[in-house]
Amino acid sequence: MSFLSYLINGISLGSVYAIIALGYTMVYGIAKMLNFAHGDVIMVGGYAAFTCIMSAGMPPLAAVLVAVVVCTVIGVLIETIAYRPLLEAASSLAVLITAIGVSYFLQNVVLLIFGSNPKSFQSVVTIPDLKLANGTLNISGVTIVTISSCIVIMLALTTFISRTKAGQAMLAVSEDKGAAQLMGINVNKTIALTFAIGSGLAAIAGVLLCSAYPSLSPYTGSMPGIKAFVAAVFGGIGSIPGAFLGGLLLGVIEIFGKAYVSSQLSDAIVFAVLIVVLLVKPTGLLGKKIQEKV
Amino acid sequence: MTGMKKKKLISNFITYGIVIIAFIIVQIMQSTGNLSSMMTGLLVPLCVYVVLAVSLNLVVGISGELSLGHAGFMCIGAFAGAFFSKCTQNTITVGGLRFFLALLIGAAFAALFGLLIGIPVLRLKGDYLAIVTLAFGEIIKNVINVFYVGVDSHGVHVSMKDQFSLGMEPDGMLILNGPQGITGTPKDASFLAGIILILVTLFVVLNLIDSRDGRAIKSIRDNRIAAESIGINITKYKLMAFTVSAALAGAAGSLYAHNLATLQAKKFDYNLSILALVFVVLGGIGNIRGSVIAAVVLTALPELLRDMAEYRMLIYAIVLIVMMIFNWAPKALEWRERYLGRFFRKSVKEGK
Repeated sequence: MSFLSYLINGISLGSVYAIIALGYTMVYGIAKMLNFAHGDVIMVGGYAAFTCIMSAGMPPLAAVLVAVVVCTVIGVLIETIAYRPLLEAASSLAVLITAIGVSYFLQNVVLLIFGSNPKSFQSVVTIPDLKLANGTLNISGVTIVTISSCIVIMLALTTFISRTKAGQAMLAVSEDKGAAQLMGINVNKTIALTFAIGSGLAAIAGVLLCSAYPSLSPYTGSMPGIKAFVAAVFGGIGSIPGAFLGGLLLGVIEIFGKAYVSSQLSDAIVFAVLIVVLLVKPTGLLGKKIQEKV
Repeated sequence: MTGMKKKKLISNFITYGIVIIAFIIVQIMQSTGNLSSMMTGLLVPLCVYVVLAVSLNLVVGISGELSLGHAGFMCIGAFAGAFFSKCTQNTITVGGLRFFLALLIGAAFAALFGLLIGIPVLRLKGDYLAIVTLAFGEIIKNVINVFYVGVDSHGVHVSMKDQFSLGMEPDGMLILNGPQGITGTPKDASFLAGIILILVTLFVVLNLIDSRDGRAIKSIRDNRIAAESIGINITKYKLMAFTVSAALAGAAGSLYAHNLATLQAKKFDYNLSILALVFVVLGGIGNIRGSVIAAVVLTALPELLRDMAEYRMLIYAIVLIVMMIFNWAPKALEWRERYLGRFFRKSVKEGK
């Protein structure tokens, strides 16, 4: 029975990774950049929800909504101020280093406002735990909400991209920026929209993550952020089903690694997975092969 | 051609000169008692950071690959060096010789790992390479964290559980104690040793840059395909830069370890790699002298301005963003060309 409960925990953690990985994979697909600050947007979302619940006494759902709005605004601001000037730069290192700077910036602003002491986050989930098999298998309410919201988000996003004009524009821009512009698509707006969606999802992921692991500090986001990037690469960067698959697999690998190998080595195992994937199949499980242009 | 060579030689001697003059000034200040105890304590870490920044600049600036796992190589060097010094504490009694060997061992181990990691990793490019080096840095830190190593009359005992499962004789000595790391490393590091290490590092890096190999490395950075088409072995030269850089970081780590009472793996985290990157970016990517100055200024300044300590990291972050936009954004470059062209005649290098 413990195997099954580990598996469910793994899927739950993996669902959070999958939601975060979506942000990475969409931004990478369109802007061809690794948004290092994405993990810290999760943390900002966590703090936004925390402040709404603790200081303003808002109901959990409203707090989540505020967090989503805050993160969306921050995501678009980051894109416009820090990344957009550098997207055409001669070196791709430039935008990556800027992203690291933004990540540090967010961490330290939050550190100055809220202090370095971890806050204990009150779970926003009020659904009771589910007991199966005579109480030997316990599925917590947070797990149920996490997994189901991941599925809902995945379906909604796939529909958005395949059925709406804005979604089709995103596909076009990721395929060929120049051609998309010639077809009358506003490339800058589309990239901003991608950042907005990715950051909004990061806020949801932040709240879910903090509900499952109720400790919130300015550095909460960086590790899950990096791991979600691993998940995005694992599934094939640029691919939305890939982010889903990669996230789930990575979550399960991490929890199993913790349970059966060593709790201290679980991070090392996750990173080893990344290295093996990149060396054996650099395009990931569901990624497309990209030809290098001369 | 000889004119250019001469110019480079003069420029290199200015760099060495700055280090030597800084050393002399510090010595004078110390002997006249003008150096606060806080600054005295900072002298060896300063040398460590300078070596770290210069070695990272070799990868980021000269080879053009972003490495985010530099702290990992430093970690290997630190633990290898400290381990050696603890083992031979009673056999090699001459502190200077033992420390010299510890530096060499730290560098050798880090170079070995640089080579082993570099072979697979350097096949990747750009963002992927950055994230994989980050991953290796974290793996190194995590793996060292779970090892327990002790020595007794039967030889070396290794465990991954705890110190009691080592099964040592009562006279055995515990060297590496898992997350607690290595304690009681002989304090062999000195400011003089640090300065010598800086000079050696500069000598190695500057000579490598100006050599035939260095030009090959730079040609790969500027245009990989063109370099390949004229017969430059890309893997070989990238690996060369990466391994030399790792070795120097390892030596810096060994110097660092011999200045600390307790050496723990968790100190060599991602933040340390980023700090080194901040030095490199601020000093100018590819500019070795800049790295030296940036490392010194950014390490000493926060200690001098204690009141600003809270804002230090925030300021680093803003500086990092502003510097990148100012130096790389096409619009900013255009603006600079138009308004500042008179003052900065130096054209910006094209890197792709």
